[in-house]
Amino acid sequence: MNASTNTHGYKDAAMLAEKDLMAGYLHRLNTAQENGKKVCYTFVPGNLIELLHCFDVVPVFPEVLGLQMGMRRSSEHYIEMGERAGYSDDICSYVKSSVGMFMMDNVGPYGQPIPKPDFLFLVASQCFTFMKWWEILRKLFDCPIITIHLPYRHHNCMTADEAKYGLAQLTKVVIPQLEAATGIAFDIDQLRERLALSRQMEIDLAATLQAAAHTPSPIDAFSHALYYVGPINTYFRGTQEGVDFYRLARKTVEERVAANEGPMTPFGLLDEQKYRLVLECGITWDHFQEFNKILYDEKAVIVASTYTKVGGMYDSTEVLHDPSRPLESLIEHNMSNYCNNSLSDRVQLMEGYIRDYDADGFVVGSIKSCKSFSAGQLMMLQELERRTGMPGAFFECDMMDPRYFTEANVRTRLDSYFRMIDEKRRGV
Amino acid sequence: MNSRQIVATCQHIYEDMDFDYVRRWKETTRGDVIGILPVYFPKEILHAAGVLPIDLYGGGDIIDVVQGDSYYQSYICHIPRSMIDLGLSGRLNFLSGLICPFTCDVIRNFSGVWGMLFPDQYARFFDQPQNFDPEIGGEYLTDQLNEIMAHQAARGRTATTEQLNRSIFLYNENRRLIRRLYEQRVSQPWQIPAHEAYVLLRASGIMRVEESNALLRAYLADIGSIERKAEDKVRVIVSGAFCEQPSASLLRTIELSGCYIINDDFLLGNRYLDTDVEISDDPVRAISRAYLQSRVPSSCRFEEYDPKSARLVSLAQEQRADGVIFACPSFCDPALEDQPSYQQELEEAGIPFMTLQYSEDTRQFNVIREQVGTFSDSIRLAEATHA
Repeated sequence: MNASTNTHGYKDAAMLAEKDLMAGYLHRLNTAQENGKKVCYTFVPGNLIELLHCFDVVPVFPEVLGLQMGMRRSSEHYIEMGERAGYSDDICSYVKSSVGMFMMDNVGPYGQPIPKPDFLFLVASQCFTFMKWWEILRKLFDCPIITIHLPYRHHNCMTADEAKYGLAQLTKVVIPQLEAATGIAFDIDQLRERLALSRQMEIDLAATLQAAAHTPSPIDAFSHALYYVGPINTYFRGTQEGVDFYRLARKTVEERVAANEGPMTPFGLLDEQKYRLVLECGITWDHFQEFNKILYDEKAVIVASTYTKVGGMYDSTEVLHDPSRPLESLIEHNMSNYCNNSLSDRVQLMEGYIRDYDADGFVVGSIKSCKSFSAGQLMMLQELERRTGMPGAFFECDMMDPRYFTEANVRTRLDSYFRMIDEKRRGV
Repeated sequence: MNSRQIVATCQHIYEDMDFDYVRRWKETTRGDVIGILPVYFPKEILHAAGVLPIDLYGGGDIIDVVQGDSYYQSYICHIPRSMIDLGLSGRLNFLSGLICPFTCDVIRNFSGVWGMLFPDQYARFFDQPQNFDPEIGGEYLTDQLNEIMAHQAARGRTATTEQLNRSIFLYNENRRLIRRLYEQRVSQPWQIPAHEAYVLLRASGIMRVEESNALLRAYLADIGSIERKAEDKVRVIVSGAFCEQPSASLLRTIELSGCYIINDDFLLGNRYLDTDVEISDDPVRAISRAYLQSRVPSSCRFEEYDPKSARLVSLAQEQRADGVIFACPSFCDPALEDQPSYQQELEEAGIPFMTLQYSEDTRQFNVIREQVGTFSDSIRLAEATHA
């Protein structure tokens, strides 16, 4: 078994490598400005990281900082600071946490100041709040902002008009402004090379995530997969380090499939799997472990999840970065991310997951802060129940505001759901 | 009709959640009706094709939500719930489509919910460009409008250049009349109570534009005929209510609490363009251009370096507002995310403000009355102290 244990429980070789990668990224970030590199703030979903690499820009992902605040159980403090600045408790907690961080001299979840942005890079797609959030940050940091607006995929595909709109912005706005901001000339061949690396990462990650179709599933497609999507969602897409990481992740998982091993969870191996579930949405980062413990106690494994697709549809090879048409490919990839898809596409995706991963049920965890994800989920749930004949479970929470998570509530809901699956199996 | 009769007629249309006006139009013309959710969609292109475009704002405080709550979580605003109730109860069964502009993620995703509930309808998400270069965002907007027109044409609802220009002419007039109504409210707010203007414009959004223009003209011509005296009220701007609408009763409560509402962002779509759309050989492109050039402050438009908060301050100063009331619907991300920036600018400019939250079905106004009353009293007291 290629696993190590530490105070957080079991981690496989890829999970440990991921921690090293992310530590390396943090080091690059902390030393970026002294090394003459520009720092920009951008997003996880729909970022154009390969393009930023071409300009030697080091990105900051405020969503990841929010996630880390949650994992380190300090998010409530940041959120309260944001609320003190006048932001309502009704709005996105990521927004409030970044306002809170600004008010605390930009000291991030690791206790060190996060470099202030030389510029902001707004990729206005996936979520309306992104646009509002970056308006707020622009005002706070009083720095330039580079903007691209990429449409919502309501036609269930990228249309020629949408591609034209995206391309025009890339070539006439974004690239010239990145050149001006960094003093580096754009090199499309470098972009092609970066995209080729991304493509390889995507192929290996798809194989890694698809391994969950095996019984027992060698991964937990939520908690485990979050480690796997970390590098590709953030700094490492389009890098050799990223390619090496995904090769390792694939190998690690393939070995577990061959050995019929379940995933490493923070509480130990999950070889005996009673329930295979598809998960729509996420969970309060502050209570990540508690949620996983509920699943572990019930011997439930997540075989596919949508939250891990916010940065790309990574268990599919349908939308891979394509170095032969680099700019179109950037747009296409961006627009295909999970939250940028129509509700009917999202339902279809989940229906496919339930079928392809032989799931016993599906769980919808509804995030209060994130209307992009959550508005319409109850319709999706009803539609999925109609199409699959399978009831779904539902609970409400937030991604980083601990005030909206009650472990007992979630446990009770999921307990009832598992008993319902048991009854169904017994034919009651 | 005099202005009282006009308001009474409009009140009836506004409160009629069976939409008799629309049903009669449909029976008479056999035409298509397309609903439009807030905030903005250029109705000209539908009108030109013989379609009746109507503004829909949910059920307000008029219907009780019965089924809608099972489609939306507790932390989602009210408008999609009551829209679902209107839809599932058959009250909107005359619609052949619904356009959902990118006002926020809830309205965006609502296009998908509506499409699943009513698969025979044309549920269309409308993505306004956030790039304002005519060669980029303008082209994209033009492409989208052409696509919507092509869909109508496939149903036999074509629009010629001449018809489009005629519709543009009519909607230009509509916007001009509404601007005049607002200008009159700034200069003589006691002559046009906000709740009255609101009812007029709510009904106007349901009517044929030709009829709306006639009513607005008649109302404006008649407003001096009713003797209304100026009262000792403070002049306020209400901001934040551009999507889910407050009820007319809520506006009346604000007015009864010592305020003249001299400006607001209610029903913002009907004045989203601040200039006339050009009559030209390429009317769709002209509509796009007017959208790109408009400087009407909106939480749904991306503002790089021209913050709408500064424009709110300028507006308050130009229109001699004594204060601003932020009236935002609960859980309205765009409004609530803008609010702190607005507040900061107002504070720096020394303009008093207060905040309140509502939902479209708010029916208890005592607390709001006390809050607004205290706000208006404090402004008057400060003025008296400085005098």
